[in-house]
Amino acid sequence: MNKQEHPSGDERYQAIDLTMKLLNYEKDALLEVLNTAQESFGYLSEELLIYVANQLSVPLSRVYGVATFYHMFTFSPLGEHNCIICTGTACHVKGSERIVQALAEEFAIEAGGTTPDGLFSLTTARCLGSCGLAPVVVVDGTVSAKETAEGIKRRVKEIISLARDARVVVAEAA
Amino acid sequence: MNFDKLEKLGQDEQARQDKFRRRVFCCTSTACLSAGAGQTKTALDQAKAALKGDEHEAEIVPTGCMGLCSQGPLVRVEGKEQEPLLYGNVTAEVAQQIFTRHVPTDVVGEELEHDEFDGVSAHDIPHFRASLRQAEKKKQLEKYIIPLDSPFFAKQVRIVLTETGQINPDKLEDYLAHGGYKSLARVLTEMSPKEVCDEILASGLRGRGGAGFPTGLKWNLVLQEESAKKFVIVNGDEGDPGAYMDRTVMEDDPHRVLEGMIICAYAVGASYGYFYIRGEYPIAIQRIRRALRAARRRGILGKSVLGSEFSFNADVRIGAGAFVCGEETALIHSVEGKRGMPRMRPPYPSAAGLWNAPTVINNVETMANISSIINQGAEWYAGIGTEKSKGTKVFALAGHLRNTGLIEVPMGITLGEIVYEMGGGVPGGHEFKAAQTGGPSGGCIPSQFIESPVDYENLKTLGSIMGSGGLVIIDDSTSMPEFARFFMDFCVDESCGKCVPCRVGTVQIRAMLDKLLSGDGVPEDLGKLERLCQLVRSTSLCGLGQSAPNPVLSTLKYFRPEYEALLKVPASSELVTEAAQGINQEADEEVTRD
Repeated sequence: MNKQEHPSGDERYQAIDLTMKLLNYEKDALLEVLNTAQESFGYLSEELLIYVANQLSVPLSRVYGVATFYHMFTFSPLGEHNCIICTGTACHVKGSERIVQALAEEFAIEAGGTTPDGLFSLTTARCLGSCGLAPVVVVDGTVSAKETAEGIKRRVKEIISLARDARVVVAEAA
Repeated sequence: MNFDKLEKLGQDEQARQDKFRRRVFCCTSTACLSAGAGQTKTALDQAKAALKGDEHEAEIVPTGCMGLCSQGPLVRVEGKEQEPLLYGNVTAEVAQQIFTRHVPTDVVGEELEHDEFDGVSAHDIPHFRASLRQAEKKKQLEKYIIPLDSPFFAKQVRIVLTETGQINPDKLEDYLAHGGYKSLARVLTEMSPKEVCDEILASGLRGRGGAGFPTGLKWNLVLQEESAKKFVIVNGDEGDPGAYMDRTVMEDDPHRVLEGMIICAYAVGASYGYFYIRGEYPIAIQRIRRALRAARRRGILGKSVLGSEFSFNADVRIGAGAFVCGEETALIHSVEGKRGMPRMRPPYPSAAGLWNAPTVINNVETMANISSIINQGAEWYAGIGTEKSKGTKVFALAGHLRNTGLIEVPMGITLGEIVYEMGGGVPGGHEFKAAQTGGPSGGCIPSQFIESPVDYENLKTLGSIMGSGGLVIIDDSTSMPEFARFFMDFCVDESCGKCVPCRVGTVQIRAMLDKLLSGDGVPEDLGKLERLCQLVRSTSLCGLGQSAPNPVLSTLKYFRPEYEALLKVPASSELVTEAAQGINQEADEEVTRD
C-alpha cells in the first residue's frame, strides 16, 4: 500500500509512519500505532488522532473510542517534570496514599493533574511491578524504592524550585 | 536449522562458560533495577575491564530475578572452587568489593611495608598480602551475604523459574546450554499433536491465570476444531496490582515461554501466535521481541520449524492498560485493535476466538510449564502438588513481611510456611492479620486459616481465589473495610461499562463503603451491602464483575466486627434524615428488582 507520509518531516510523525508501514497499515494495528504516537508525542492530540484515523482508513469515532478506553493514553501534555506514584496493592499497604496526598497538597493539584505553570505533573500507576520494594515512586523517569512522603516531597520541591529559577533566568535574559 | 545444530550452539556456549573460573551474576530485572542494579552492573563491568591478566578469571552475567527483591540489587558469585554466594543490597561500591574479594587482583609491584610480613619470605609476600586482604574483605562483606539455605530459597520448587536468575535472558545460546528447545525438538519428531494434548492433560496442569481451567482440555478442544486458521495467544496482560510473576518470566526467560507457545501451536494446529503484553512492561516487550528475532534467525520460528513440516510464527501485541483485557474475549478484541470489552460466551475462544478462528489463550506461567512437562513427563509433574492442583505456583510475595519477592512453591504448601518461614514473619512488632490473594478479584484469608494448604479448591472454599499469583500480606495496622474500598475503587475504574451490574453495581458498592467509612452507616447497611455484592457477583457478564465483590464479601465474612465498629451507635439510627431514607429505599428497590 502506498500511503503519503506526514508532510511535516517531524521525527515524531516519522516514528508513527514507520510503525504503520511495518504493520502494513492494517486497521487491526490501531493500538500499536496509538502506542507509538503516545510514546513519541507524550500525549494524543486531536490532530494526531485525526491523522491516525485517515492513515489507517478507520473512522475517527473508532480511533477516539479505542484511545479513551485504555489507561495508557493521555490527551493533554504532561508537565516539564513528573512524578508517578505506584498505587498497587503492595504499595498501598505500605502507604503510597500518603505520598500522593503529600504531593497533591504541596502543589495544590489532584492525582492526574498538572500545575497551571506546566512545571509539574502528578500521576499514579496501577502497579509498577516492583512490589518487593514498595512503595515505589518514579521521578522524571528515575525509579526509587522504599520511599517516604517526606523524602519525595523534599526531592520534588527541590527539582521544581530549580526549574522555576531556571525559567526566571531565561526570562531575564530575554 | 535442525535441532542438532541448535544443540551444538548450546554445547559451544557451555564450553565457553566453562572456561571462566567464576561467573558473577547480576540481577537486572525491573525490581532490582529500581533499587539501582544499573550502577551495580556498571561497577562490575568496570572492575572486570580493569582486570589485568587472564580474562577468564571472571565473567559478568546480567540475569533475571533471583527472587529476594526486597534485598535488591542482588549479585551471585559462582565458581569452580567455591559454593555459590548470594549478596544483597549491592551498591556500586559493594559490587566493586565483591569483585575484588573473589577475583585475585594483580598484587605484584606493590610496596612492601607492613610489619605483618616479618618472617615471611620475600617471595611469598605478595601471596600472603593477597590472602590477608581477602580475609579482611570477606569480613567486611559478611553482612551482605544472604544464606542460600534459608527457608526463602530452600522451600522453593523451581520449574517455571528454573533458568530465571541463572541465564542471560537476551542470549538464546544460554537457554540452549540449559537444555532449551529440547522439548520442542522431541515433540516435533516423536509425538503427534494428540499425544502432546493428552500428555499435558495427564500432567494435571491448570491455567495459571487464575481460573484454573485444565490446560490439556483447552488444547484438546481447539485441536478438535476444523479450521484453516488457528491461533495461540499468550496472555501477558498482568493487570492485577501486586503481581509480577508473568513479567518476571517474560523478562528473565523469554525463550521458555516461547518454547511452550510453539509446542502448544503444534499440539492444536495453530500457524500464528501473539504475545499480548502490558504496555507498562517495556523490558518484557523488548526481551520477548529479541527472543522472537533470535528464534526466527535460528529456524525455531517460521517455515518448517527446526526442519520439520510444521510452520509457525509469532508477534507481539501491546496492551494499553485495561484490567478487563485479562478476560479472554476482551483480550481478543484488544488484539484486534478494538476496545477491550468482553462478550457473551459461548461461543468460547476455542471455537471462535481471534478473527473468529479457534484460539488457545494461555497465561505466561502456564506456557512456561509446558517444556518441563514434556521433558520430564506428565507423571513427574503430577507427582508435585495436591490431588486436584498439580505442579507449582509462582507467587509475588509482598506487603508487611521481612522477605518479599518472587517464590515458586509446590501447590499444597500451607499459608503459614509461606508467611512465617519463607517470608520471615511480619516485622515491626505487628501481627499477621490476613493474606490477600487474587488481587481485586480475590479475597482476604484471615490468620486462623494459617494452616490451610494453598491450592485452587481450598482458596475458593475460603472465599478467595488462586488468582494470577499476587500474595499480599497485611498486618494488624490495616483496616479491612478501607482495604476493601481500595479494591472496589480499582474495579470501578476498570469496569469496561458494557454490562449494568458491574458498571453501576461497583459504583454503588463503593458508595456504600464510603458511607460506612465516613461513619454514617446504619446496621441495615451491612445486609444491603452483602445483597448488592451477591447481585453483582451473579449477574455480571464477565469475570471482572463476577469477582469484583470478592474483597468486600470476604472481609465482611471474616472481619465483620471491623465493619460493625464503623456503624453509628444503634440509637442514633433514628437521626437518619428522611432524604437519606429515601435514597436507602431506592437502593433497596434496585436490589430487589433482580
